[in-house]
Amino acid sequence: MANAAAHGSDKNYLNETSGIWSWLTTLDHKRIGIMYFVTVMFFFLLGGIMALLIRLELMTPGPTIMTADTYNQVMTYHGAIMVFMVIIPGIPAILGNFFLPIHIGAKDVAFPKLNLLSWYCLMAGALLAFSTLFTHKIDTGWTFYTPYSIKTGTSVVTMVIAAFIMGMSSILTGLNFIATVHKLRAPGMTMYRIPLFVWALYSTAILQVLATPVLGITLLLLTMERTFGVGIFDPALGGDPVLFQHFFWFYSHPAVYIMILPAMGIVSEVIATFSRKTIFGYTAIAYSSLGIAGVSFFVWGHHMFVSGQSATAGILFSFITMLVGVPTAIKMFNWIATMYKGSVQMQSPMLFALGFLFLFAIGGVTGIMLAVLPIDVHFHDTYFVVAHFHYVMVGGTLMAIMGGFYYWFPKMFGKMYNEVTARLSFVFIFIGFNVTFFPQFVLGAMGMPRRYFDYIPAYHSLNAISTVGSWLIATGFLIGLYTIINGLTKGEKAPMNPWGGKTLEWTTASPPPHFNFDVEPVITAGPYEYR
Amino acid sequence: MSTDSHSAHGHEHHFAHHFRSAEHEYLTSKEGIWLFMVTEILMFGGLFVGYSIFHNIYPEMFAEGAKSLDWKMGFTNTLVLIFSSLTMALGIYFLQKNQAKKAAMSLAITILCGAIFMVIKYFEYTHKFHLGLFPGRFLDVAKVGAQHANLGMYFGFYYCMTGLHGIHVLLGMGLISWVLFRTVRGDFNSNYYTAVEGVGIFWHIVDLIWIFLFPLLYLVG
Repeated sequence: MANAAAHGSDKNYLNETSGIWSWLTTLDHKRIGIMYFVTVMFFFLLGGIMALLIRLELMTPGPTIMTADTYNQVMTYHGAIMVFMVIIPGIPAILGNFFLPIHIGAKDVAFPKLNLLSWYCLMAGALLAFSTLFTHKIDTGWTFYTPYSIKTGTSVVTMVIAAFIMGMSSILTGLNFIATVHKLRAPGMTMYRIPLFVWALYSTAILQVLATPVLGITLLLLTMERTFGVGIFDPALGGDPVLFQHFFWFYSHPAVYIMILPAMGIVSEVIATFSRKTIFGYTAIAYSSLGIAGVSFFVWGHHMFVSGQSATAGILFSFITMLVGVPTAIKMFNWIATMYKGSVQMQSPMLFALGFLFLFAIGGVTGIMLAVLPIDVHFHDTYFVVAHFHYVMVGGTLMAIMGGFYYWFPKMFGKMYNEVTARLSFVFIFIGFNVTFFPQFVLGAMGMPRRYFDYIPAYHSLNAISTVGSWLIATGFLIGLYTIINGLTKGEKAPMNPWGGKTLEWTTASPPPHFNFDVEPVITAGPYEYR
Repeated sequence: MSTDSHSAHGHEHHFAHHFRSAEHEYLTSKEGIWLFMVTEILMFGGLFVGYSIFHNIYPEMFAEGAKSLDWKMGFTNTLVLIFSSLTMALGIYFLQKNQAKKAAMSLAITILCGAIFMVIKYFEYTHKFHLGLFPGRFLDVAKVGAQHANLGMYFGFYYCMTGLHGIHVLLGMGLISWVLFRTVRGDFNSNYYTAVEGVGIFWHIVDLIWIFLFPLLYLVG
């Protein structure tokens, strides 16, 4: 295979051209990935600080560090930032942009200008969203439920338009990826030879293209409702506020799979590489991604079990929701089967992948519990739900993001990071995460409602434990940040293939040259040909 | 974007570096456009779903609302848009035959049709405003003499659906102006007309959405 180092050229995508302008106008998918990396990590820092403030407020009953109004605002921004600016763009826009074309042997994504435009859309949306911090901070929660979002005197319209623009960014990334996977695969790269990360991104892209426009129209209707009072969501004018929830979750439920599917893709890559074994059940994992994407469109009603929808609808949605467990379990069993009798190596990316398996299993199983109609009626809008979705989104997606960063760091920057501090970051995040969110399952079962600013003294000790856990997580991420910065500045030069990976990115130089490969690769076998 | 310069005989198109051939680039662009159109249809789909839900709940109210619309104006607009779809298609056809002048003429007529559509729309809107037929809570039921207390919702749908469509017509006119400019400049020929075709697909979808909007708003009920 092509080896850039052998050609004696030390030009790569990082030093091909220089200057801030060459970055802001770049059409190179790798540079755009790095730009997303920097900006999304900044948003993550902001959202994380808000999370720490929320936990600090909830450490003791009664007002602790802020008023109830401020609490509602901080909680809204924490949710909106983490969902729209961190977890949804996170993996596809950073690691997907960087590695999807390389994984299929392409020189770039199908539409490089569109790719850059989608970064600018995210930036414009984010700026607009942050502008509300200086006007009337919104307090609706990130879901903008009517009728409150119509009545509240805060900057809902600005925030909603910001979310619309960020949705545009998501759509553009998604359609770019679909066209890239369909049209730009290298010779010999059949659909059954693409790495599983690409399958996961491909399924995600289908969701982005099919679900996001529905959010778009929902947010536009909310804007119209607020500005012109069109009456579609207003019962006083004959409308139906629950219709907003139907529209909203028709997008936002598939959106939770936009968040988790790419994470599953990373885990597939990492587990295959660090087990030194052909992935078990390649086609089953690939199709289960599509299966999750497909089923995700028919489960939105489980967010509305207590909204007054008919019992029949509740039972149907309960059943279909449980179906999501099937393709998910297929993936879990295949990953475990891959590790079985493999030469498992416990490098930090693998630690994060195992952390993912553990935390996502808890998140998934509690998801099945919540899918059961009578249990949900009991647990609805309690901390049980909060713990569940944090186990899925943070324990799942953020674990995978960290694992993916460490796994591909040598390839992206041509440098190695410090393995000791990387493992330390894992230990802090993993333990801190469980200390933070496991007590919340108990709190939820005891009946503590979510979103509340205050609680009765009986919930105090568990809340205090949870708050201490949030400091451990923060420490873990700070160590992770240190590891990345330290690796960038002082890291040793990375070899072409530090982990012994078999997918295409490991056959090109670290960091890759401008066009990814010096010679277009020709593929003759599947992606994980170990033994 | 850097391009591979192939022999510049005649009208050879310089495709972007990451494609294998001009044909490859053309097919990929076309897929991208169609995927984007899927998102457009889904976005309008949300409105159609809302329409059908409330139409089921309040059929008489929708019938009353439809009566106050002028179907003749809507029908004229339908004809105008269908004709503009024809001229749009002709524009692409002439480019395929290397007849840039005729193509530019067809595109110009398409823009003109879009403008006629918007002017008729303007008269319709101002007439409704004049009668006090405003959306939602701004509609004064007593003054208008409405039979149904929620008539404002019908006009909520009317303005949302036709308004979003109107914005698309304006966008389409802008896009066609851009390809018209490039046609006049001589960018397109039988080997390369991807941008015109992409804009054309957008325009056809916008027309198609109107063909659904017209009967739903003006005729049903």
